[in-house]
Amino acid sequence: MTPFLATFVPTQLVRLSSVDIAIVVFYFALVLSIGWYLKGRANTGEDFFMAGREMTAWVAGLSFLSANLGALELMGWAGSAYQYGILATHWYWIGAIPAMLFLALVMMPFYYISKTHSVPGYLKLRFGEPSRALSAVSFAFMTVLMSGVNMFAMAKVMQIVLGWDINFSIWVSSLTVAIYVTMGGLRSAIFNEVLQFFLIWAGALLIPILGLYEAGGWMNLKLQIAQRASAQYVHLWSGLGSFTTNPMGIHWTGIVFGLGAIISMGYWTTDFLVVQRILAAKDIRSAEMAPIIGAGFKMMVPFIVILPGLLGLAVLPEKLVPESVATVTGGHSYNDVLPLMLARYCGPGLLGLGVTALIAGFMSGMAGNVSAFTTVWTYDIYRPLINSKASDHHYVNMGRWTTVIGVLVSVGTAYLVMQFASIMDYVQALFSFFIAPLFGTVVLGMLWKRASGPGGFWGLLCGTLCSIGMWTWVKVDPSALRYVALSSHAKGLAQDMYQALWSFLVCVVVTVGVSLATNPMPDSELTGLVYGLTEVPHVGEVPLYEKPLFWAGVVTVVFIVLNIIFW
Amino acid sequence: MISIWFFIGIALAVNGALILAAGIYQLINPPAVPTVVLFHLHANVWWGALLLICGLAYCVRFAPSRQV
Repeated sequence: MTPFLATFVPTQLVRLSSVDIAIVVFYFALVLSIGWYLKGRANTGEDFFMAGREMTAWVAGLSFLSANLGALELMGWAGSAYQYGILATHWYWIGAIPAMLFLALVMMPFYYISKTHSVPGYLKLRFGEPSRALSAVSFAFMTVLMSGVNMFAMAKVMQIVLGWDINFSIWVSSLTVAIYVTMGGLRSAIFNEVLQFFLIWAGALLIPILGLYEAGGWMNLKLQIAQRASAQYVHLWSGLGSFTTNPMGIHWTGIVFGLGAIISMGYWTTDFLVVQRILAAKDIRSAEMAPIIGAGFKMMVPFIVILPGLLGLAVLPEKLVPESVATVTGGHSYNDVLPLMLARYCGPGLLGLGVTALIAGFMSGMAGNVSAFTTVWTYDIYRPLINSKASDHHYVNMGRWTTVIGVLVSVGTAYLVMQFASIMDYVQALFSFFIAPLFGTVVLGMLWKRASGPGGFWGLLCGTLCSIGMWTWVKVDPSALRYVALSSHAKGLAQDMYQALWSFLVCVVVTVGVSLATNPMPDSELTGLVYGLTEVPHVGEVPLYEKPLFWAGVVTVVFIVLNIIFW
Repeated sequence: MISIWFFIGIALAVNGALILAAGIYQLINPPAVPTVVLFHLHANVWWGALLLICGLAYCVRFAPSRQV
């Protein structure tokens, strides 16, 4: 048998019917058609890298959310819900909603009026070239690693569900993303992300609906989980008083301060992958509304991600195991729970749509990483450091080539990721390395005018090194976890929360210390970049129901009520 | 420029039509052994119909001919 034919050996979890295959093929045809249609609208740098800055609040908001709705969201967190119970929901609620609202109401005006192309671009304006270079290089590094994680996760799903060879899946998906992003730039990525958002919901929503029907409703589901696992698997907060009374081995301080105040703030407000979608908004009101719309939908995502994981605990006949065990025993791992639930409920047609939803989720995450990488490489590394005098046309071509190269590097990264036992812990570690210190630098830059250029640079560098140092320390000596996470009972995710907290604090302390020891920047250079020296733009005279502040209030109330209900 | 919502309408309508057709076929020719849990609910029939209706509504509302 030739290697190509070997990719279709029928060892899959399910067998796709002809209608399922038609749905999957139609999806690939449609995303490529959108890229083809938009290729004539990506001729200038502003079009290719910023989608012409003409997106409505809904398009920008759904794209903002969809760029994050990648492999980790769909498969990783469903697996985490099976492993840790409803605690995984914290990454959707306290680990996202406050940060999204903070981005909308506090930080977005500065990003928007500075007309920066990227978050590193803002650092250049606020702290100077060294901070931008450090941030851009670390972001580019993180982005291709994230993209590799997405690819690996998708290929794994294709292997489990369809029996496709993992290499075949990686190359098919990555080439598709490369083609449509290369042709249409950010606009193509955004359009496809919105499309993917709808397909993900259309394909994934049936699992919790049918699952709850089978389990006999939420109350019966809780009883079954209590019998098969533990009653603590369905409580968000009540088990977080101690490291030992919840499945995740984490204390509430780690969730509130590490996740809610640092990691999520860092990710949702400074990770250019998501912020880039908001920068493409057509006006300040759209730019503020987009994260609020994203927050509204983000609160609902656990219904299609966390609930299937919990349902898996109750209704799946087999016991899922960690990835490392599954590899040895040949069983199914936690990360397989979503495909297993899909196979359980979805017949011909629905199975194709469910598989398409998974592929769409993975491809939207990958496209988001690639388009963000392309912009940061072109505007924040290539133009300032390598070739600063080229034409706009040259930079657009550089963007197209970088898209292809970025995809190829991501493919290489996907093979690297295969060596790691747990996808989630690996990515959380990455967040801690770069995102938490970056949030410290950006937020100090926006809120404290005394922060100086050297202060911003050294704070960012020391925070990042601190994070890498702690991670390495625990890798070399696992017993060091009791110092980093404040308890010997802490587990991997708890370590990441505290690691982020310490690296943020180191960043802030160093930034403040160095800033006070160096000359302040003149006010004239900080206008439009810092609170107190900037006239913050307002959305104008609009009815109450069109004001971002009103909808932020609505989202906040729903967020609080949900946390109380599932306490 | 064609609205993104029109593309979404096409995606939902085509997927809905395919799923509905598959569901109706299974309704008429049920397999000897159900392949999925809760087969008797025929989820692909009503879910496919729902997607088809939503998709057609989007296609009509955001048709290129109706764009200014």
